Amino acid sequence: MDALVSQLFAGLSLGSVLLLAALGLALTFGQMGVINMAHGEFMMAGAYTAFVVQGVIADAGVSLLVSLVIGFLVGGLLGLLLEVTLISRMYKRPLDTLLVTFGVALVLQQLARDVFGAPNVDVRAPAWLSGAVDILGVGIPKTRLFILALALLCVLALSLLLKLTPLGRRIRATVQNRDLAETSGISTRATDRLTFFVGSGVAGVAGVALTLLGSIGPTLGTNYIVDAFLVVVVGGIGQLKGAVIAAFALGLLQAGFEYSTTASIAKVLLFVVIVAFLQVRPQGLVSVRTRSLA
Amino acid sequence: MSFAFPAPVRIRPTARPQRKASPLTRFSTRALALPAAALAVALGVAGCGARTSDDPADAGTAASASCVDTSGDTVKIGFLNSLSGTMAISEQTVRDSLDLAAEEINADGGVLGKQLEIVAEDGASEPSVFAEKAEKLISSDCVAAVFGGWTSSSRKAMLPVFEAKDSLLFYPVQYEGLEASPNIFYTGATTNQQILPGMEYLKEQGKSKIFLVGSDYVFPRTANKEIVAWAGANDVEIVGEEYAPLGHTDFATIVNKLKGSGADAVFNTLNGDSNVAFFKEYKNVGLAAETLPVVSVSIAEEEVGGIGIDNIVGQLTAWNYYQTVESPENETFVAAFKAKFGEDRVTSDPMEAAYTSLYLWKGMVEKAESFEVAAIQEAADGVTFEAPEGTVTVNGDNHHIAKTALIGKIGPDGLIYTEWSSDGPIEPDPFLEGYDWAEGLS
Repeated sequence: MDALVSQLFAGLSLGSVLLLAALGLALTFGQMGVINMAHGEFMMAGAYTAFVVQGVIADAGVSLLVSLVIGFLVGGLLGLLLEVTLISRMYKRPLDTLLVTFGVALVLQQLARDVFGAPNVDVRAPAWLSGAVDILGVGIPKTRLFILALALLCVLALSLLLKLTPLGRRIRATVQNRDLAETSGISTRATDRLTFFVGSGVAGVAGVALTLLGSIGPTLGTNYIVDAFLVVVVGGIGQLKGAVIAAFALGLLQAGFEYSTTASIAKVLLFVVIVAFLQVRPQGLVSVRTRSLA
Repeated sequence: MSFAFPAPVRIRPTARPQRKASPLTRFSTRALALPAAALAVALGVAGCGARTSDDPADAGTAASASCVDTSGDTVKIGFLNSLSGTMAISEQTVRDSLDLAAEEINADGGVLGKQLEIVAEDGASEPSVFAEKAEKLISSDCVAAVFGGWTSSSRKAMLPVFEAKDSLLFYPVQYEGLEASPNIFYTGATTNQQILPGMEYLKEQGKSKIFLVGSDYVFPRTANKEIVAWAGANDVEIVGEEYAPLGHTDFATIVNKLKGSGADAVFNTLNGDSNVAFFKEYKNVGLAAETLPVVSVSIAEEEVGGIGIDNIVGQLTAWNYYQTVESPENETFVAAFKAKFGEDRVTSDPMEAAYTSLYLWKGMVEKAESFEVAAIQEAADGVTFEAPEGTVTVNGDNHHIAKTALIGKIGPDGLIYTEWSSDGPIEPDPFLEGYDWAEGLS
């Protein structure tokens, strides 16, 4: 029973990590169709932001909260810069975008290595996040609860943004039918830029949160980017709902497989399940019905 | 495009006096298939580009002819470490200490009166690049010896190159054992100098239920195979054995299994970043070093900062050197290193082994009074050096060195303090031939 509860939570927690990593991609890849291989490096930038902020603000708790905000801005601005300088020039050439952003990812990694040094750095977790809370007789690490809450908060904020704000309406219109949106007077260029800013900003937030769980080094992003793409592909293009369901489903599956077999086999099984699933539903869990011709 | 090259993969031992029944002879037979393939590729590539000679004599002697130039007052040596890619984090530190050793040796008059001229290359964390660069260092730069490599896969990729070209590699990192090449000197620990002492220490502490956790690749798998065999002969129970893929970031499940296993100690062969995620998880679920100690074999002073001292203080490590080792040689080494690279830098086991490797090579060359590979191999046995870790001695049969094993505890200042040490240097036994339980492992 204990094992079941703790594994269930391990799965949810893993799902929330995947979700955080994939949310930004669900916007940029899911909504705009841009394969941004540098998305992981925006997470890395967020993680290093937490490191830098902690150097200024000694209190680990305050610095974490401040980092979440600054991490969003750092990730977002990096994304905006990338969009304006490179990606905007190749919306019609998705494969070139893949190569270019992969190159950008390598450049950012080396930049981090040159600025912060090759060894990993450490960000202290605040005291109020150390230790575990007892849920159903099982000790659940507070850091993981925090990340779960943060992931859900990000989903909530993003879905409110998409549903209720003018920007959200413009984004949805552009996704569903770019030509018609343009004809109706929406500046799709400005919309693209803002979408990219928000999506990359969420990557920055994810990076800050991940400092609680893992290593903070130049290659942080590469550890998550493949899983993040998996979530978006399984979730389906164009809607956040798909990414949310996919992230938690993959998290629970991975944790379940890993408990009954080993971590390496679990990864294999997970891929088998995903491949089989995509055979049946190549469009992913949830897909937007669109009337655009493209 | 003609491929006149790949044919002459020769079985070399005729060139050298044979030692009967030594691990070296055993090695020569087992290792031929791989080198043959790799060499064919390496030479094939070289044949397409730079080297266009069709002279059959060239093809015939390519394997043994050395182009090392010792006529001037300098001699070239190669440093081959990853300065980019995932391994750069570790290998840069080794490069730094190699640079320090070379600088010291040059300031002291060089080797046989010749100043060392360093040819530096980047292995880029890719085994195939290591093989290519090794080939370049030997054939185009004509270096007398190469120092470097970190991962076992980089060493395994370079091994056929060094054997085919009959050159020398000094490899400075502890590894899984079960290897001995006449062309490689292993200055890090082999299994019986690091892993077995680690297990024996746990047994001495009354631990009888051990959980094994490691990254999923050659070193942890081989090391754990040896540990399981050792445990069977020592009344120690292995209550779990888990592997995480390299780059694994989520240890919730593995730590769950660890908690439920009833283990009273953990033996950790995780590599790199995985350690950070593992120890953060370990601490977050409320496990502690006092009740469930973890012995790690891949965490040195350099890595402690990145894991976070709070997350790992009080845990154990198994190595042959710590920055805190008390000896005049170590004081000098640490002071010189900090003076050259900064006060905030630390020294670690692989760095010390790399530093030592250059001095051991110097010792061998001076004993042989020659830079020639065959003469050095002949002279290697018994060469000693007062290293920062203590006296080390080269074993001429298996090309490893006798080292003292040290179990250390990570202190609140991030340094590691010796908790236990073996009675003097342990003779290297890469094939574990001196242990009954190890029969059938190699």
